[in-house]
Amino acid sequence: MSVLRLPLLKVSYRAVRVWQRNLSVLLRLWKTETWPPFVEPILYVVALGLGLGGYVSRIEGLSFLQFLAPAFVATAAMFVASFECLFGSFVRMEFQKTFDAILATPVNVEEVISGEILWGGSRAVFASLGVLVILAFFGLVHSPWALLTLPVAFAEGLMFASLAMIFTSVAPAIDSFNYYITLGLTPMFLFSGVFFPIDSLPRGLQILAWFSPLTHAVAMQRALVLGHLNGHLLFDLLWMLVVTFIAANIAIDLMARRIIK
Amino acid sequence: MSEPAVSAGKLTKCFGSFTAVDAIDFAIRAGECFGFLGPNGAGKTSTMRMIYGFSPVTDGELNVLGYDVKTEIRSIKCRLGVIPQEDNLDPDLKVLQNLIVYARYFDIKKAAAVARAHEVLEFVQLWERREEHIRFLSGGMKRRLTIGRALMNEPEILIADEPTTGLDPQARHLVWQKLRQLQSEGVTLVLTTHTMDEAAHLCDRVAIMDQGKILDIGTPSELIDKYVLPEVVEVRVAVGRMEPLIMKLQQLSLEFDAVGDVAYIYARQGGEWETALSSEPGVDRLVRRRASLEDVFLKLTGRVLRD
Repeated sequence: MSVLRLPLLKVSYRAVRVWQRNLSVLLRLWKTETWPPFVEPILYVVALGLGLGGYVSRIEGLSFLQFLAPAFVATAAMFVASFECLFGSFVRMEFQKTFDAILATPVNVEEVISGEILWGGSRAVFASLGVLVILAFFGLVHSPWALLTLPVAFAEGLMFASLAMIFTSVAPAIDSFNYYITLGLTPMFLFSGVFFPIDSLPRGLQILAWFSPLTHAVAMQRALVLGHLNGHLLFDLLWMLVVTFIAANIAIDLMARRIIK
Repeated sequence: MSEPAVSAGKLTKCFGSFTAVDAIDFAIRAGECFGFLGPNGAGKTSTMRMIYGFSPVTDGELNVLGYDVKTEIRSIKCRLGVIPQEDNLDPDLKVLQNLIVYARYFDIKKAAAVARAHEVLEFVQLWERREEHIRFLSGGMKRRLTIGRALMNEPEILIADEPTTGLDPQARHLVWQKLRQLQSEGVTLVLTTHTMDEAAHLCDRVAIMDQGKILDIGTPSELIDKYVLPEVVEVRVAVGRMEPLIMKLQQLSLEFDAVGDVAYIYARQGGEWETALSSEPGVDRLVRRRASLEDVFLKLTGRVLRD
């Protein structure tokens, strides 16, 4: 069992070098890379909150927009971290051979993959920050606790980056990612308490929703933005950390086997 | 004699049930240019990848700069430069940035990296292009930049996997010139090639590999002396005329290889037999030349196409 080998133990500070490489590229491409996280949430808030929201009654004592908007802090992090470690990592590995180039230096394969996951987590923070700024602009942030959404977004980003990386490690070609998106990300987006509380689902689906990593991220981010703190959030955080630890080890192990021949 | 730069004992690499490198022994001296020569699939690249720590060793011993690759690969990688077969420059970064980012993997500080990148770009004649996008570089420039990148950490050993494959003759000669210059500065060169020309131009010694084994190791001239006669006459015949030619060659008791429509005749020197052959019916062309490493190579690995 790959997780028992704990490949994370082979990771040194050099993982940061890989993270820095991705940052250097982002800074060079900043014109195309930095604005979408700020524009997308505006579209969502206007279309779903102001448009659709007028037809929806109050949820848990909140207007639809108040209920919905904080969840986007979590969904943005999920999408950005996942796409980074699906398409981004795959392109770097297979098309640009960036990993091969790095592996000729003192950086090892475990560090390359950890650096990629760290990078996915960092981009998630940036995406969540974008949403948070837009929510604040629309008057939808109600508590200074909202600042804690950023470290939570990092943890969430690491989790989705690791899960995506597991899939990338077995993806034969770049179009394989359709499976992960359609069967993984889309159902999570729809059934993890983003648009409605999961208690309104039938019992079976509720249990499934509990296993959705996004459910725990949405619960935390919503609570922090609204300032509705409760003890259950610590459990959600623990859930995410445990899943991240297991997924990251599996992802690193599988990627190492794919790359090192 | 000083310690070898690279030494291998019964070095083996298997992929599943396939043995790519089959218990080979060799020692590369510090400061020499050593070439692995062989057809595709001979095990050259697998050997190189073990030396620079990309592929784990399946069995046997492999020491680089006195370190065991199995246990101290990081110490080795700090002192190696690698020029890979496939271009893997960072297409999202400009020329100079490619070097700076690469230096970071070696923990070279920013100021030192910038200074070193300047030296290196001057050396590979790309300083004027330091702000260029990678996609606007020609194949030869990319290859030079890849060489420059491999020099960022001032390596003691430079490993080059087919360093000039796909380059035009001018670009190839420039790469050779740069590699020779590095060797003269004391860098040990280890390269693979399947062009004999390259091996003859660059290598002090070559190991001829085939099917995972090393067939022989020596200087190009030693190998030529050992395996072929100094002169080669190539005789091309018309369709259907090879059989009679072979009979004729056997009659004259000449040493030869017949492949397709060409017979390669090995001789100590020319002679009357040449004139005799040129008047044979069906002989289109007859060319005499000096024997080269290519003849040794083909003699040892066979003139049949490999895939």
